[in-house]
Amino acid sequence: MRGVRRWWPGLLLISPSIVLIAVFVYGLIGWNARVSATDWREANKTTNFVGLDVYRELRIDERFSLDLHHLLLFTVTFILGTLLIGGTLALLLDKGVRGEGFFRSVYLFPMAISFIASGIVWRWLMNPAPGDRASGLNVVFEKLHVGGLANQWWQGTNWGAAALAMPAVWALSGYIMALYLAGFRGVPEELREAARMDGASELRVYRHVVFPHLRPVTLAALIILGHISIKVFDLIVAIGGKQLVTEVPAVYMWVLIYDARDYAKGAAIATLLLIGISVLIVPYLIYTVRSERRA
Amino acid sequence: MPRKILTLVPAALVALAALMLVGAASGARSKSPARSTTAQANQLEVFSWWTGGGEAHGLQKLITIWNANHKGTPFKNETVAGGAGSNAKAVLAQRLSAKKPPDSFQGHAGAELQDYIKAGQLEPIDFIYKKSGFAKAMPAQLIKQITYKGHLYSVPVNIHRANVLWWNPAVTKKAGITKAPKTWKEFMTALDKAKKSGVIPLALGEQWTQKHLLETVMIATVGPVRWAALWRSPAGWSNAGVTLALNRYKTLLTYTNSDAASLTWQDASKLVADGKAAYNVMGDWADGYFRIDLKKKPLSGYAWSAVPGTGGVYDWLSDSFTLPKGAPHRAAAVQWLTFLGSKRAQDTFNPVKGSIPARKDATAKLYDTYLKWALNQWKTDKLAGSLAHGVVASNAWNTDIDTALGLFLQNKDVKKFQSSLVTAAKKRA
Repeated sequence: MRGVRRWWPGLLLISPSIVLIAVFVYGLIGWNARVSATDWREANKTTNFVGLDVYRELRIDERFSLDLHHLLLFTVTFILGTLLIGGTLALLLDKGVRGEGFFRSVYLFPMAISFIASGIVWRWLMNPAPGDRASGLNVVFEKLHVGGLANQWWQGTNWGAAALAMPAVWALSGYIMALYLAGFRGVPEELREAARMDGASELRVYRHVVFPHLRPVTLAALIILGHISIKVFDLIVAIGGKQLVTEVPAVYMWVLIYDARDYAKGAAIATLLLIGISVLIVPYLIYTVRSERRA
Repeated sequence: MPRKILTLVPAALVALAALMLVGAASGARSKSPARSTTAQANQLEVFSWWTGGGEAHGLQKLITIWNANHKGTPFKNETVAGGAGSNAKAVLAQRLSAKKPPDSFQGHAGAELQDYIKAGQLEPIDFIYKKSGFAKAMPAQLIKQITYKGHLYSVPVNIHRANVLWWNPAVTKKAGITKAPKTWKEFMTALDKAKKSGVIPLALGEQWTQKHLLETVMIATVGPVRWAALWRSPAGWSNAGVTLALNRYKTLLTYTNSDAASLTWQDASKLVADGKAAYNVMGDWADGYFRIDLKKKPLSGYAWSAVPGTGGVYDWLSDSFTLPKGAPHRAAAVQWLTFLGSKRAQDTFNPVKGSIPARKDATAKLYDTYLKWALNQWKTDKLAGSLAHGVVASNAWNTDIDTALGLFLQNKDVKKFQSSLVTAAKKRA
């Protein structure tokens, strides 16, 4: 009885949000999953349960495979690029520069710009037009006498999706830098001192003392970047519009639902995206809860 | 300790009640505009994506006439901006599924309306056609092509032409091209000459403009009769005629600019106006762009003809308005549709929008250079409905074709392209 008295007011207090989340988040996720298991396509009024048929259709859908290929390339470029640039910037700042606060803000600023806005600017920067119509980065290459670097950017058939990731790398490197900088600062100075006392070079101090401490930060960064990448939509639409050459699954989902009115297939893609994100996030949550319990 | 917590309970309850009140209040607020719509006995709510340029001006002129003649039923202009109606269509879909339709909404005439018809969201309006005599005033082929299962569902306000070849006379003259290409063979010769003179032979834009080009090549190759048959039965899609058309299309792509995917249709048209490209295939909305936006003189700054091989064929598309089931002011909506089909409304709207009336009895002197040419052709040409602009194929079929085309643009495999077009036709026809 006493126990109940202790917890029920708290439960009452949060119950509105529990109910709202149950209905509007989990309820709708469930509804979406149900739609993906029906034949609700075009304007048919009655729908039947068809199990995994729509998913089977997606498996042999060439357009969807192309989208996945784009997404994979985008994700790898985006995550590696961001970790590398963000990490390097953090390392440089950690070594101590004058006006650290200034650089920190400058590097963080791109994150404040929406993907739509930066997408439009990058569309111009990555203009693939040849000859006298060239502009943006290709002209910069030309002026720097490295015209050989000028390329088709996102219009390249095989590697285009990697170019699409550049604005995203630009936008989020600063954020990853901030994460890593906090990570560097979290390494106790005594540990570094101790290593130096033992005669470790600065390089070895980083390799054997500082970097191992950064593993949780890297993991968090991977999760954050990974889920942004899987959901990416606005950036792609701002740069390429609705064209197959730049399409990713989230854009295909939009086309299916609003243009083709293939609600079942759109819902199936939504479900697959959610599963993709869960694969990243659920293990991370388990890991966090466990390590918090240990601490 | 427990007592202290117990005193918190009322506070929690109050908080909960407050939350619910806020929820209820915001719910009520979000509902109120809709309620006031139904409460207002007389008005006409019209939904469109005409938010800019000539079409917005044309609509404004129609509104002025409407308001002057219908004092008790003011016009409520509901427009949603963006992307050739793609945003508007998403908003409209939500309104229709929430059973809160406007009194009338814009849609491309033809198969694009099928989704609404099949979902039971549109009322057939044969009675308006009968009463107002539209069927006699408009070309019989047009009426036939917008009839779905024996019924008419919309009133076409304007007609645009998709199969227009635009060129820059200065550029073609310099390249040694003496006359407009009429046949595929002449077109190839002209493109080769243009290429030799160092310009882009054929300017091309992003994927939908590539579909637009494909449609004109197909009509040029198979002709309007077989073109129409393709959309009624899947049999024709595996014919040699389609294979030839797709091969011609593949050849044509070799004459285009390499950065097509990053150009809008305006960018592509501008290449012609700027003298960087010789030809461009685009709908006749390009005329307004050349004349008004780029300030070019018709015939000297830019010139046009039907796409080679499509002389005597009018590849048409049309903006039309509908009567949704459960329109809150049905009587006003019927009056609106009757008005839209009238000579006065069509002659008011079209010269401003840069299109021609669907009616055959337009007042010719209202239409200048290009439109005058188009108006004459409209009366005599055979009609072929546009694919890229929603006349012949439903949205789902169009998406299938987008998929096939998008993959073809990457692998350039004609055989595969045709077989996926056949598959799509079997699924959708």
